[in-house]
Amino acid sequence: MGLDFSVVPGFFDVIMQGVFWTIAITVAAAVLSFFGGIFFAVIALYAPRVISWPMKGFEWLFMGTPLLLQLFLIYFGLIQIGIDLPAFVAGSLGLGLHFAVYNSELIQTSILAVDKGQMEAARTLGLSRGQSLRYIVIPQAVRDVIPPIGNNMIALLKDSALVSVIGVTELTLSAQLAIGRTYRPFEFYAVAAVCYYIINLGMEAVLRRLERRVQASR
Amino acid sequence: MTHHRPFVDIRHAQKCFGELEVLKDISLQVEQQQIVAIIGPSGSGKSTLLRAINDLDPLTSGEVWLDGVQVNKLLPHAQYEKHINQVRQQIGMVFQHFNLFPHLTVRENITLAPKLLKGVSDDEANALAEQQLEHVGLIDRIDYHPSQLSGGQKQRVAIARALAMKPKLMLFDEATSALDPELVEEVNQVMKMLAEEAMTMIIVTHEMGFAESVCDRVLFMDGGVVVEEGAPEVVFHNPTQDRTKNFLRKHLEGAK
Amino acid sequence: MDIDLILRVYPHFLKAAVLTIELSVLTAILGLICGSLGAAARLSRLKAIRFIGAAYVSLFRGTPALIQLFLLYFGGPQIGIQLDAFQAGVIGLGLNIGAYMTETIRGAIISVHKGQTEAARTLGMSRWQATRYVILPQAFRLMVRPLGVNINALIKGTALVAAISVVELTYTAQRYIGSTYKPFEMFILAGVLYMIIIYATGRGISWLDKKVRIQ
Repeated sequence: MGLDFSVVPGFFDVIMQGVFWTIAITVAAAVLSFFGGIFFAVIALYAPRVISWPMKGFEWLFMGTPLLLQLFLIYFGLIQIGIDLPAFVAGSLGLGLHFAVYNSELIQTSILAVDKGQMEAARTLGLSRGQSLRYIVIPQAVRDVIPPIGNNMIALLKDSALVSVIGVTELTLSAQLAIGRTYRPFEFYAVAAVCYYIINLGMEAVLRRLERRVQASR
Repeated sequence: MTHHRPFVDIRHAQKCFGELEVLKDISLQVEQQQIVAIIGPSGSGKSTLLRAINDLDPLTSGEVWLDGVQVNKLLPHAQYEKHINQVRQQIGMVFQHFNLFPHLTVRENITLAPKLLKGVSDDEANALAEQQLEHVGLIDRIDYHPSQLSGGQKQRVAIARALAMKPKLMLFDEATSALDPELVEEVNQVMKMLAEEAMTMIIVTHEMGFAESVCDRVLFMDGGVVVEEGAPEVVFHNPTQDRTKNFLRKHLEGAK
Repeated sequence: MDIDLILRVYPHFLKAAVLTIELSVLTAILGLICGSLGAAARLSRLKAIRFIGAAYVSLFRGTPALIQLFLLYFGGPQIGIQLDAFQAGVIGLGLNIGAYMTETIRGAIISVHKGQTEAARTLGMSRWQATRYVILPQAFRLMVRPLGVNINALIKGTALVAAISVVELTYTAQRYIGSTYKPFEMFILAGVLYMIIIYATGRGISWLDKKVRIQ
């Protein structure tokens, strides 16, 4: 059949829209996974057992099963209980929760590694436990895990391709739409791969810069 | 209240870690503006006693009172938390390892608690930080991060941070033990200055010379009890107990 | 929770789990081969070969595995590569995980102290002998655990072939969700099987790790 890239320019807008939504869902899920990760970590470490144990079970389940399976659960599960979320929201939620669990693991370890004297000093000044965590312990713990969290976010970008299966029209699904019209899978998947690669490079550059800034403020 | 009650009043303090009894029925009274030094070998319980005063290490039994208020009151958890945070705002504490907050600047280290707990405005808090840093001679370091300071400077900032809460009482837990010898003096100077300003202080220390020069009273602790207590010139130069004599002799030898 | 339903459909899930295991094993083998070659390329003395190794890692880690799989399975025929879905799954996922394993293996090799090579060369060993008898045995011990992490990711990654209709666990779960409208039950059923596979693999890796460490 051979290759013919001349059909690609006609779908420039479709592809660019896909790029936009890929970036949008990556950012939305990354933000959710960051704050969700902190939230889960605090619960796992400090909440009473009736809350922290189910939480740990949830983490265990999410770390031991494929993201794709989780996306199906969230998308169809929500519909089953009568919540019909737009695909973008369900996709962000699924991706964000999945990576929140991984971030939570990192943040938990990091919180435990913050010197005990920090909590003591904060409590001595009269800060409550919650205030001490919020202003003293967590900022330090998070700062220490920025590089590995950054790596998780890069993995998130690539895993965002999976939300195409639940109907989010991001880059992968956009490519598929173009393929449906042209029957040229190689050309459009190759174009999508190039776009992902470029977004990936950009994201790495942003993260390296962020790391350097955090390093410098020590 | 006509009856006189000591400013700091520790009654029958007992502290156990499992089987180990580290404080055995200790009572201690400190009057306002008094400066008390606690000395003794490591493991004698002196730091534990100090940390019981702001309930960082809660006592197993016994009472701690500050200015007519019981510090370690028995209360339901939520109420207790509120109470103890209130009390701790009145007690400054300085640690051996400084425990400055590394992610905050010197200014933020000092202003955090006043802003958060006393509702002090940004401007007032800044003025407060400047005033306290002026006090400890570090105004030029106000926008540094702790990692950019020497040990002695860190400890002076830690003192400024505690003073910014306008405490009624200052606790020093081996404040100079982690410092290089040449940096000890600058911290001692600040503590002397506080003494002259009539701050009430309880100081756990290894430095006998400093204790003798600034303190009104010295406690020698060993094995969880107060072995000997009195004016510095008595405890240091005419101790009555053999354990005190042994400790001081060993300490002098060690210092050589 | 609909226990009856679970009891009725679980044999299909078991069969799917066997396929997931087959996929995982074959992908892991291919991944280790690609990873070893990739690491060798990245550590080569020849600049051109180093570049090929680096390009392999960068391209496969810089794009989604799903796209790689689609490119191979749907786009392959256009450039003369005809594969069935299972073959495309193994090759696509194997090449992908191989790029990650390249970095793991390379990391283990370069973390064996440089002094070790020097010491071996001083004894008169050739470069190859030093690598074969001094560096690799030590590096192997260091890489078991991180390769275990790669394999854990790989097992979960096999779910991607559901998107090209290989009837493994995730595809089976998806199909039964569609026909029974019981997403939670199907998730639990597939999830438990995944976790058994992952747990067993993890135990195996730990066992191997302990064994190579004792020597």
